[in-house]
Amino acid sequence: MVLARREVVGSLRGNAARLGLMAGPVAFFAVFFAYPVAAIVGRGLHTDGVWQFGRFGEVLGRPDILSVLWFTTWQALASTALTLLIALPGAYVFARLDFPGKRLLRAVVTVPFVLPTVVVGSAFLALLGRGGLLDELWGIRLDTTVWAILLAHVFFNYAVVVRTVGGLWSQLDPRQEEAARVLGAGRFAAWRRVTLPALVPSLAAAALMVFLFTFTSFGVVQILGGPSFSTLEVEIYRQTADFLDLPTAAVLTLVQFAAVGAVLAVHAWTVRRRESALRLVDPVRTARPPRGTAQWAMLGGVLATVLVLLLAPLAVLVERSFDTAGGHGLDHYRELGTVDPAGGAFLVAPIEAVWNSLQYALAATAIALAVGGPAAAALTRRAGRLVRGFDALLMLPLGVSAVTVGFGFLITLDEPPLDLRASWILVPLAQALVGVPFVVRTMLPVLRAVDERLREAAAVLGASPLRAWREVDLPLVRRALLVAAGFAFAVSLGEFGATVFIARPDNPTLPVAVARLLGRPGELNYGQAMALSTILMVVCAAALLLLERVRTESTSEEF
Amino acid sequence: MNSQLRRAVGTAVVGALGISTLAACGGESKDSGSGDGSKSRTVTLVSHESFAASEAVLKEFTRQTGYTVKVLKSGDAGTALNKEILTKGSPQGDVFFGVDNTLLSRALDNDLFTPYEAKGLDQVVQEVQLDADKHRVTPVDTGDICVNYDKKFFADKKLAPPKTFADLAKPEYRNMLVVENAATSSPGLGFLLGSVGEYGESGWQGYWKRLKDNGVKVVDGWEQAYNEEFSGSAGGKKAGADRPLVVSYASSPPVEVLYSDPQPTEAPTGVATGTCFRQIEFAGLLEGAKNEAGGKALLDFLISKKFQEDMPLNMFVNPVIKDAKLPELFTEHGAVIEKPETVAADAIAKNREQWVRSWSSLVVK
Amino acid sequence: MTLLELRGVTVRFGPRTALDTVDLQVAEHEIVCLLGPSGSGKSTLLRAVAGLQAVDAGRVLLGGADQAGVPVHRRGVGLMFQDHQLFPQRDVGGNVAFGLRMRGAERGEQARRTDELLRLVGLPGAQKRSVAALSGGEQQRVALARALAPEPRLLMLDEPLGQLDRGLRERLVVELRGLFGRLGTTVLAVTHDQGEAFALADRVVVMRDGRIAQAGTPLEVWQRPASPFVARFLGFENVVAATVGGAAADTVWGKLPVPDGSPQGARTLLVRPDGVRITDPSQGLRCTVESRTFRGTHVAVRLRPDDGPELEAECSLAQAPEEGASVGVVFAADEVVVLGPDEGLKGVRRRREQTLQGGRSFLDRVDEGDA
Repeated sequence: MVLARREVVGSLRGNAARLGLMAGPVAFFAVFFAYPVAAIVGRGLHTDGVWQFGRFGEVLGRPDILSVLWFTTWQALASTALTLLIALPGAYVFARLDFPGKRLLRAVVTVPFVLPTVVVGSAFLALLGRGGLLDELWGIRLDTTVWAILLAHVFFNYAVVVRTVGGLWSQLDPRQEEAARVLGAGRFAAWRRVTLPALVPSLAAAALMVFLFTFTSFGVVQILGGPSFSTLEVEIYRQTADFLDLPTAAVLTLVQFAAVGAVLAVHAWTVRRRESALRLVDPVRTARPPRGTAQWAMLGGVLATVLVLLLAPLAVLVERSFDTAGGHGLDHYRELGTVDPAGGAFLVAPIEAVWNSLQYALAATAIALAVGGPAAAALTRRAGRLVRGFDALLMLPLGVSAVTVGFGFLITLDEPPLDLRASWILVPLAQALVGVPFVVRTMLPVLRAVDERLREAAAVLGASPLRAWREVDLPLVRRALLVAAGFAFAVSLGEFGATVFIARPDNPTLPVAVARLLGRPGELNYGQAMALSTILMVVCAAALLLLERVRTESTSEEF
Repeated sequence: MNSQLRRAVGTAVVGALGISTLAACGGESKDSGSGDGSKSRTVTLVSHESFAASEAVLKEFTRQTGYTVKVLKSGDAGTALNKEILTKGSPQGDVFFGVDNTLLSRALDNDLFTPYEAKGLDQVVQEVQLDADKHRVTPVDTGDICVNYDKKFFADKKLAPPKTFADLAKPEYRNMLVVENAATSSPGLGFLLGSVGEYGESGWQGYWKRLKDNGVKVVDGWEQAYNEEFSGSAGGKKAGADRPLVVSYASSPPVEVLYSDPQPTEAPTGVATGTCFRQIEFAGLLEGAKNEAGGKALLDFLISKKFQEDMPLNMFVNPVIKDAKLPELFTEHGAVIEKPETVAADAIAKNREQWVRSWSSLVVK
Repeated sequence: MTLLELRGVTVRFGPRTALDTVDLQVAEHEIVCLLGPSGSGKSTLLRAVAGLQAVDAGRVLLGGADQAGVPVHRRGVGLMFQDHQLFPQRDVGGNVAFGLRMRGAERGEQARRTDELLRLVGLPGAQKRSVAALSGGEQQRVALARALAPEPRLLMLDEPLGQLDRGLRERLVVELRGLFGRLGTTVLAVTHDQGEAFALADRVVVMRDGRIAQAGTPLEVWQRPASPFVARFLGFENVVAATVGGAAADTVWGKLPVPDGSPQGARTLLVRPDGVRITDPSQGLRCTVESRTFRGTHVAVRLRPDDGPELEAECSLAQAPEEGASVGVVFAADEVVVLGPDEGLKGVRRRREQTLQGGRSFLDRVDEGDA
């Protein structure tokens, strides 16, 4: 009797602890995401005291909207398929082969993922457009074709597949494939029948993330696709920012929301299935130096792909940053350090943008960790539907347009105690919305991998739950925490959409400064824009390379 | 006191999120409060990304009036205006700068501004005073959207550069022009309106059909058009761009000179003076401004000689007051636009979306 | 007829030589067990035969045909992995039928064989069960059925029973031997457990540092270990340096009798525990009883002589002395074996001698040394 009651109290206390952990993140998302988005949608659909649900039929019946919906969907599907096709050999090479420079290369292929599209757009044109590599070699120009959009999506999402699929792949026991070989399966048959099925959950997870990112693609479609292509996200932006047609924007936002929600639901389902009985091994033991023609060919092919598709555009940026009127030199970099004598668009030296960016990114990282850390801790123990819903909630900001959130901020955070509209903190807050999912995705697998019995052992030895967490979990997840912090940092460093949208005093971040420089005529502006982009790239790459050093060996991060 | 309380609450919220350390390191310069309170010595100017003024001039304003200017910038002109419409009644600041004649009706229809006749308005040229009877907005600058050409290209080809709208549709300029999307870009819209001004509401579509047949290229934004497609720009040269004609601004050639090292004696680009549409930018006192007195003082200052003469090199626009002196750079390299196209503001208000839509289906699709 | 032949097979991992010019023959229908401490190259040898491990030198022949360039799936060998490596995403039936499908067998044939094999391994009707739900012993049987299904000409087993508990292991060894005998399967198995090897094999091959230390029938190896290494690996602890002269040998334990015709000179002796006879303290080598361990059929007694390393003796429960008692020890000549020299590096051997004098368990050392 007494015992039973104690158990009840204990489980209540466990739930209370979990709710306590969730309170902060839930409050954060309620105030800085759900409320603003709901408010702006409400403003669009709730007019004259009535809900205007008839708008749905109206908007969705328009042929131009239908064609946007159709294009959004099929380009996302095609981009996802193409990304998987091109990145899977990469996942294999990074998982199974050992070669010099692997860490550096893994950091480098991740750089595009965190670079803002403003920066990459022009570089990518240099690959696909006039006088680009393809043009020189075969006379093919792909700019303003859908191929440019698809290939750019591959460029941005290559790392998602390599990291998500490669992470699991490197932990699959190679002897499974060997067992199939001995039973008479050829190399490819063994892969298809044994490894591929084991990879399916992570493939599905990666595919869904790529689908999510490409379904909501904005900058890539605008810059590379030209005016004749438009995704739902672009249309939402146009309807909101250009036409202020809030009812149409609200309908489209809800449609996108539903689509993204469905994708996330499927994602959560596959992730849950992934926790099935795969026996994982230490990835250090599975990677071998390449052997035999097939493996060398694979490595060569992947390196060539990375070189052409990922490094060439980045290299163009770097090259142009050194290309001055008087030949190659550091002039543009020197210019960054000087205040424009004419005044111009900057009151301070453009190089200050580096410092601004670092400050914003640090603040955003701190917020993302403060929100994502407890959220991951609360999600560690598998629990009911409520908690899983919470998991999906954390991902939703990735699928909602920055313009929706930005306008939502405007009309909701305008009264005390939350009159933050004019505060600098709004920028890192918005950036953190994007950073939190990465923090949670990175920390969750590690936290889940901590053996419950270790915590029990600590408890038996007299540690309170909090103390046990500090003594057992924290030391084990410290590296994951660092990785998560690094990702949140890199992502907010490159964040452009929300930053440019939120009113703020004149201290531009790197991407904003680049956009501003590109927005003016003159050789010096162009050169400085390239130089700043290069700096942004180097800072991102350095942050990611540091992560490679601390990367927990036995974890695969998910995106 | 109110301000202090609010700041305290704000800090508490921030602290609750576990970022108190960062709030501290954010420092004074950023967290200068929301600038409210009737006795506040801060006046807040809300604008788009392109707003710029030199520090010395803003200091001069403080010296003259005792008010400190806080500038909040975001987005492009359209976005910035739409944000003000959304927050009507509870504005983010006191003065909004950056509504132009293509969007003016939207601002006025939404009653965004409190009427105020700025001191010195008599010095402003008549033709830019589009709200002369009510003074809800004050004109601050003008800019001309014109086709720019690559001087070297035409010199090499021994071909005379185009001068007028009609020239652009001529076969000798086939496949040379790149324009911006009128739906997403402000110069793109300006050029479309210019063609409406030139050919009238019934004739502009025929003109665009001819342009299309003559190989006009449409890209989404000015950055792509100018930096990627236009052969006369630094970026275009590197990208091997092959379009020697681009829709840009009359001020672009002097800016090209300004941002070259060493500065050339002659601008590399020129302006087709018969292809221009005049943009007029206005500022207004926001309805519900917390610091109305400061806002009024700022509006006065925006059309003062000091600010007007500072403007050209910061925002690359032309002053609106009669006696403002243009910087040497502009007089030397800039083009004088004798007869820019204009379209009445109410005609724009009535037809803009319809025009953009038919333009899109005509040219883009 | 010889089915498998290895000629001078060498495999290197960087500076380490995992297999060092190994020669080995396995006849058809023979069951051969590779025995050795971990790191001795046993598993590498299996992998080299299967083609999973490239060979740096030497040749692997199956049925007289050189296997160089023949890919794994064309060699027609079976391999059972230590941890089974059942495919988790397939059910029991899917696992067993895998090899048949790879050979393009018809569905009916697949079903028939699967059914037959599951019966054979004692899991009739288990086709639809999930492999995750199987116990260790059941997994083992499924893995065996899967390996046998395509009828490989050579079946290789890598520590087949390693993860099972003792009782199950002993029963399965007997079952396996019976099964292989009935099917006429040629088997090459790897184990580190000499009991398992002796119970299963027609022939035992003891490996050390990538070389073959001794090969022979279980009885031969047991009775006449070729070297101190083999002796110690088999669990014998009474190994001592000696100088043999005629029918006696000088050791630190005194003069020991050796069998007639033993090689002369500086040698190493093995005294099986059976040959250590406990008598009255007044006779032979004086020892103190250090400990007694009941082993079911007999008692193992550890004895500490006044001088020299400890000895292990075996006696019946009735004859076992008390702990701490003073006893005398005499040695029986027919339980003394004069060992050959250790193969391998001199340095290693010297270290082992020291270890012995340090009085610590020898096997621990072997593991460390070879790891």
